[in-house]
Amino acid sequence: MAHSPETAHHPEPSHGAHGEELTRHGETGHGEHSGSVGHDYTTTGLNHRKMLMWVFLGSDCLFFGSLIATYMVYRGQSLQGPYPIDIIDIPITTISTFVLLCSSFAMVRALAATNENNQTGIKLWLLATAVLGGIFIGFQVYEFNLFKNEGLTLGQNLFGATFFTLTGFHGAHVTLGIIWLFALFILSFKGRIHPGTALDVEICGLYWHFVDIVWIVIFTLLYLVGGFDAGPAAPGH
Amino acid sequence: MATITEVLPRPTYGATGLWSWITTVDHKRIGVLYGSTALVFMLLSGIEAGLIRMQLATPDSDILGPSRYNQMFTMHATVMIFMVIMPMGVAFFNFVVPLAIGARDVAFPRLNALSYWIFLFGAILMHFSFIVNQVPDAGWFSYANLTEQPFSKNMGLDFWALGLLVLGTSSVAGGLNFVVTIINLRAPGMSLMRMPVFVWMTLLTSILLILAMPVITVGLIELVMDRNFGTHFFVPSEGGDPILWQHLFWVFGHPEVYILILPPMGIVSEILPTFSKKPLFGYPFVIFSGIVIAIMGWAVWSHHMFTVGLGPIANSVFTITTMLIAVPTGVKIFNWLGTLWKGSIELTTPMLYALGFIFLFIIGGLSGVSHAVSPSDFQQQDTYYIVAHLHYVLFGGSIMGIFAGIYYWWPKLTGRMLNETLGKLNFWLIFIGMNVTFFPMHFVGMNGMPRRIYTYSSEFGWGDLNLLASFGYLILFVGFLVFLFNLWQNRTARRVSHDPWDAPGVEWTIASPPPSYNFAEVPHIRGRDHYWIVKDEAREAGNPITEPEPMVDPSTIHMPSPSYWPIVTAMGVGLIAGGLLSHYGVSFLGGLIAFIGVIGWSNEPAAAEEGH
Repeated sequence: MAHSPETAHHPEPSHGAHGEELTRHGETGHGEHSGSVGHDYTTTGLNHRKMLMWVFLGSDCLFFGSLIATYMVYRGQSLQGPYPIDIIDIPITTISTFVLLCSSFAMVRALAATNENNQTGIKLWLLATAVLGGIFIGFQVYEFNLFKNEGLTLGQNLFGATFFTLTGFHGAHVTLGIIWLFALFILSFKGRIHPGTALDVEICGLYWHFVDIVWIVIFTLLYLVGGFDAGPAAPGH
Repeated sequence: MATITEVLPRPTYGATGLWSWITTVDHKRIGVLYGSTALVFMLLSGIEAGLIRMQLATPDSDILGPSRYNQMFTMHATVMIFMVIMPMGVAFFNFVVPLAIGARDVAFPRLNALSYWIFLFGAILMHFSFIVNQVPDAGWFSYANLTEQPFSKNMGLDFWALGLLVLGTSSVAGGLNFVVTIINLRAPGMSLMRMPVFVWMTLLTSILLILAMPVITVGLIELVMDRNFGTHFFVPSEGGDPILWQHLFWVFGHPEVYILILPPMGIVSEILPTFSKKPLFGYPFVIFSGIVIAIMGWAVWSHHMFTVGLGPIANSVFTITTMLIAVPTGVKIFNWLGTLWKGSIELTTPMLYALGFIFLFIIGGLSGVSHAVSPSDFQQQDTYYIVAHLHYVLFGGSIMGIFAGIYYWWPKLTGRMLNETLGKLNFWLIFIGMNVTFFPMHFVGMNGMPRRIYTYSSEFGWGDLNLLASFGYLILFVGFLVFLFNLWQNRTARRVSHDPWDAPGVEWTIASPPPSYNFAEVPHIRGRDHYWIVKDEAREAGNPITEPEPMVDPSTIHMPSPSYWPIVTAMGVGLIAGGLLSHYGVSFLGGLIAFIGVIGWSNEPAAAEEGH
């Protein structure tokens, strides 16, 4: 315990290393630091911003976890319809889930293209990711409208309240991701997405994949498992 | 963006005046902002406590009346927890942690500024409820379904819920920043098991913040939706369950208790070795018991709900986990006592506060064990016995630890020593006042006096002890005024050396007040008590250290530049929440301002160009 294994692998920082570190990794704008030189010294060797995103995703797990817990606690507790079995449409949502999973594939390709400095690929795959995300949101808007027309609102019953809150906050996360992707897409036309800034794409990708994974949990619990729930008399509740 | 930056040029580094404070990204200045804001709220919340004690001083009193009384105990607790103890902890994180790990700043200086401004705007938002006279009045726990529209018709609880949502955003942002800073910005040689205990406790607190805040966020969102968007999450007549609120609240609320106490535990663990002149006894045990507390803190929340009726199995399980968590806490106390054992103890003001912390925290811990047992808790639930317990851990624990920390690091912050005579007077007034106020509450509580009642009949015989408690408040208040006077007279206090306490921490190697860049050369950490090792070697070599590390021209060190985008973004966030209370147009405007803030932020390099 007296020695310091995690620092042993790194070169000793010279005078000013931490100051440069702050500008290189400390929340710099997109690609501004490509020209600077100096050590990449961090204690663990991991990048600050990437670590920030991972820790944030841990926090977001508890956020969605609490929303999902609310849904699960209130499963089958609605006192009046429409109940999930009346309106949940698994085939349509399977398609939108497939679209969202495809967007994760596109995200992976976008990062690969960035690492290869394939400028056409970067633009193509970033746009593809954003558009696929947009299609998913389109499905969600359609679904929300349909449910509303069939009488399911936030105030109608607990199913409405928990369903719209959970999927609504997920949709908001996806929308934020789309805005982020478009920002990267615009930057790619200014030549600011290249192997030197691949981290910007990678961090956006971490967020994007996380939001996808959350959807897989939501799809499983709200559609595949809970989609057949009826009223309060349903067995098991 | 070009036009905006021409109109409002980026502030230059090292400027002074109000604008430099608004745009600062320096962790030391942000720490001062957090600390001074928290002191203002401490005074406010202390006055609220005074009104409570005034109302309760005599039986059948009607000075405040029931509704004002409800508002006072709600705001007293909410403000003390979210706007005094938590930001005080963050003030210490900010000022101490980068210095103690040999870093020049936190990992994300502008995010740090954003955390502070969001905190400030959230606190102001909640205090707007006083201006429109619709003050939250459902207790700091705001149990459903008392909080639903039919029972709380005015907007008080909307102020409460939205204010806490904004404050929660600030806490998560701060927590993220400090986790990354502590893991990633340690100077070479500062391995995890060499980190000062305070830094360890900061890390654990930050992790708790990151994980606990989202849970209360979801609860608050559901509450806001119930009150404003027609959902029925906590309305039993629609199938909703008020107990869900209690679970969400306490799954957050119990880790929150450790968020409030772990930083002061860290502070005390720095102070005791310094003034006992020997290293912390059993350092690894203190660290591991801290980790165990941070993990087990998640498994005890239902002890707040013993009388809800969760059944004997749930109550037994949570009785056992609650009694188990007393073990790592006890381990810490024994380690502190072990540190004192055969040390050359110096009774300075910070040391007095640290010893006061141990003494009072033990009393609070023991009364805590007595209601960890669920059958015993059935007697104590909702009585003044609980009020006594929680004030012994939060006042006797957290606040004493915070005072200890202020007295300890003040010479580092200002280069001047707070007056020791005033400091000791300050300590004894607070210590005696605290005991006179809260110790009688054990007895009135055992005699059955319930919490949260605005008055009581003289026939119950609670009058004398309540009058005594109210008298104790006056002692406390005078003690606090002495403290403020001590801070104020500091302008003319005597200058001291960079290391007035002969302390072991890395932060004491540099000048006081620290230069903007902290360390001209990144230090190489030699061991747990780095500066003691260095000083001992120098003494043995025959040239003892009397001077701090030499300073250099700040322009030679590349530091993050000040920025006004954090306050712009934070203003947008505040307006989004404010709009939900007034007009959605305001929310839209807030969203737009926050968006512009983020765009401006991401287009601005963290440090201005050379020569700027």
